[in-house]
Amino acid sequence: MARPTASSAPGILGWLDQRIPVVDFWNTHVGQYYAPKNFNLWYYFGSLSLLMLVNQIVTGIFLTMHYIPTEEGAFASVEYIMRDVPGGWLIRYMHAAGASFFFIVVYLHMFRALMYGSYKKPRELIWVLGVLIFLALMAEAFLGYVLPWGQMSFWGAQVIVSLFGAVPYIGQDLVQLIQGDYLPSGATISRFFALHVIAMPLAILLLIVLHLAALHEVGSNNPDGIDIKAKKDSSGKPLDGIPFHPYYTVKDLFGAGVFLCIFAFVVFFQPTFGGLFLEHDNFIEANPLVTPALIKPVWYFTPYYAMLRAVPDKLFGVIVMGGATLILFLLPWLDRSPVRSIRYRGFWSKVLLFTFTASFLILGYLGSQAGSETNTLISRICTVIYFGFFVALPFVSAWDPPKPEPDRVIMHE
Amino acid sequence: MAENAPDLGRRRFLTATCAVVGGVGGVFAAVPFFSSFLPSAKAVSAGVPTTVDISKLAEGAQLIEVWRKRPVWIIKRSSESLAALSALQPRLKDADSLIEDQQPEYCQNPTRSIKPSILVLVGTCTHLGCSPKYFPEMTAEDWDSDWKGGFYCPCHSSKFDMAGRVYNGSPAPTNLEVPIHRYVDDNTIVIGEEQEAA
Amino acid sequence: MSKLNLQFIAILTWAAAALGLASSSPASAAGAACLPFGSIQVNATDVPTLRRGAQLYFNYCASCHSLQYMRYGRLAEDLQLSEEDLMNNLVFTDARAGDFVTSSMPKGGRGNLPGSQEWFGVTPPDLSLVARSRGVNWIYNYLNAYYPDPSRAIGWNNLTFPNSAMPNPLWELQGIQEHVVKPQSGDIKADAAQVDCSPNAFKKVSDGSRSAQQYDKDTRDITSFLEYVGEPAILKREAYGVWVLLYLSLLTMLLWLLKNEYWKDIH
Repeated sequence: MARPTASSAPGILGWLDQRIPVVDFWNTHVGQYYAPKNFNLWYYFGSLSLLMLVNQIVTGIFLTMHYIPTEEGAFASVEYIMRDVPGGWLIRYMHAAGASFFFIVVYLHMFRALMYGSYKKPRELIWVLGVLIFLALMAEAFLGYVLPWGQMSFWGAQVIVSLFGAVPYIGQDLVQLIQGDYLPSGATISRFFALHVIAMPLAILLLIVLHLAALHEVGSNNPDGIDIKAKKDSSGKPLDGIPFHPYYTVKDLFGAGVFLCIFAFVVFFQPTFGGLFLEHDNFIEANPLVTPALIKPVWYFTPYYAMLRAVPDKLFGVIVMGGATLILFLLPWLDRSPVRSIRYRGFWSKVLLFTFTASFLILGYLGSQAGSETNTLISRICTVIYFGFFVALPFVSAWDPPKPEPDRVIMHE
Repeated sequence: MAENAPDLGRRRFLTATCAVVGGVGGVFAAVPFFSSFLPSAKAVSAGVPTTVDISKLAEGAQLIEVWRKRPVWIIKRSSESLAALSALQPRLKDADSLIEDQQPEYCQNPTRSIKPSILVLVGTCTHLGCSPKYFPEMTAEDWDSDWKGGFYCPCHSSKFDMAGRVYNGSPAPTNLEVPIHRYVDDNTIVIGEEQEAA
Repeated sequence: MSKLNLQFIAILTWAAAALGLASSSPASAAGAACLPFGSIQVNATDVPTLRRGAQLYFNYCASCHSLQYMRYGRLAEDLQLSEEDLMNNLVFTDARAGDFVTSSMPKGGRGNLPGSQEWFGVTPPDLSLVARSRGVNWIYNYLNAYYPDPSRAIGWNNLTFPNSAMPNPLWELQGIQEHVVKPQSGDIKADAAQVDCSPNAFKKVSDGSRSAQQYDKDTRDITSFLEYVGEPAILKREAYGVWVLLYLSLLTMLLWLLKNEYWKDIH
């Protein structure tokens, strides 16, 4: 389609549009971007993820103005923010609770993809980019958690960095390279600070842009998993599609409103969330000589931590834990079902997804508890079930007879 | 598909209402972020008044104290310096200290002080912030053959008299600032506290 | 919403809640501390409570335990004290209003005089954040669980913080209560399991200057004060929260109306 040399838009917009394609961009990605009309509750979490990203960046910028990235100053500077900086307490709570809410939203967003087959062809790249974002987010969260330099910050850093010591031959050197010292210290804080504030956010932003670009290239999936572009009207618009603006801008704004109510409740009434979002031990300044009675990562890492602890060998445990995230990349190629959405898959596919989810949640719980024989036993069983999902999927998805998919999307709600 | 025509008026109304209510919320949400820019309790507590003992201050001597992280000079002026002040009127930009920001009202007088012999000034040049040097001797100087004592700023050659008033021809626009201060007794000054009402 | 969706949401919510409740703990220790007097509700936003707690703290605790992140001036402002009241009643060092609450006990020794490290074996810890790390239940129980123990050099022990290096700071107020020990059978495991972690573990043997009810109130006040010291923002946080939630509810309702209006187009 030929682009007009002069813009049809009036005034300043026209001036801009002649120099950078704002109108086309708006139309392609918002105004005339046709999305399926049957999006349900599970489709809020993408835009909510973006909202939380903005929250983390904005609150993070303001925290950076007062935080001191040194061993002597870090812990005290966080208390300075909580007490002396006007409004500092609110910014800190929004950032800490925001990190947890970011993970809640991202986990739900990923679960949506699992349910509706949003990773299947032609959306494999969107999924791969999404898993990369997930990994980057986990790194970002870990780096950030070390910065307040409380007991959990220090000992969490100690444990996680020492995992790299499991690498054969170069392990110990690698640990010292990462820490910049013989143990986590001021050198670790300052480099983690640089990575957390600049490097990882830039990487995450880039990945999100690519993630959205890949999405817009092929169009969104939907809860019925059928391709809306298969049925178009006379002007080439999908029959079951609606323009993103105004329908989904307005719907996502409403979703954001509900979400913010929940977020505000936590920030103002339960900012530590019983020690889940801001752990009790992190209100004690880091002490290399005293280990807390129970070291555990923040809740969003506990499933992987449980897997790590379940394996009796250090190197193998790291491989299992790492493998649990990396295996996600393979999903589009492991799933051989002819249908996308769980709605039209057979009974056994539903059982498979259910047990996978249950095992992940149970692992999450176990990872937050002290080690014990029962804990270890159940963790091992659940780790096997977790990986079993990926092993069984190629067979179950190919064999389990699906139900007939509808011709057109079905509007629920 | 027969459907009712969209009620555009209602849509405009609802959109506008949401925009206004949302905008108001946005403004309030921005408040903690803006206020985090304000001086923190740490800065405020560092700005507390400083008490100075001037019992050992000799004539012509300059005491340098710190208040709000800026240098504050306390100088005991000789009677000759004081006497020379009135004749300088035509050579000064603001001889009568009419610009109110530069001194508290109880120092808006010919000697710019509470007690005539004791001068209290913030030692920061009103041009670009260097700290001028103290030249109390009434001898000819490079910048003024008829120097009657005062301060000379090495950065851009601003000149001030023994009451901190700025000379014509100086890049500095205003007289040196007199900080709020009060006398607890004859030998003790508190910089940063107002004089109690008489 | 489809049945499958509802089922998944129900399961996830249940799982999340269960996870949340199970994982959250009121205090840091795994292997829960003995809390003979159970859990309490503090009122860290009630100014009279905070004033009483502050007075007790500064009279009985502050000489050894600093509150290094708390400024006197902030205390005065939050507890609605004039600067004069503050300096007369709470400040026993040469601190100024903007300074932090430091203890006057020297950590190291000076000349012949031992510092706290030598005297107690450990420096009395700063208590600014004790309510956030150990929790209010722990603090309240700790203040009420002292008993004399002749087998220890300092003569005291504490059921909530066993073998603590600290003697009972409030014994003059509380009086003395003995620890009621069940007869030992010799079997270590059985004996350990027998440790009574309830108010019945104590028997009052002499009175202090405060009645039992008054002392209980005193320890609640100190605990409330320490909860406030751990997070001074608590005074304003919940009040702001109410307004924010009201506003967000209103905005969300408007957005709901807006969404429905546009979605009338879609069938």
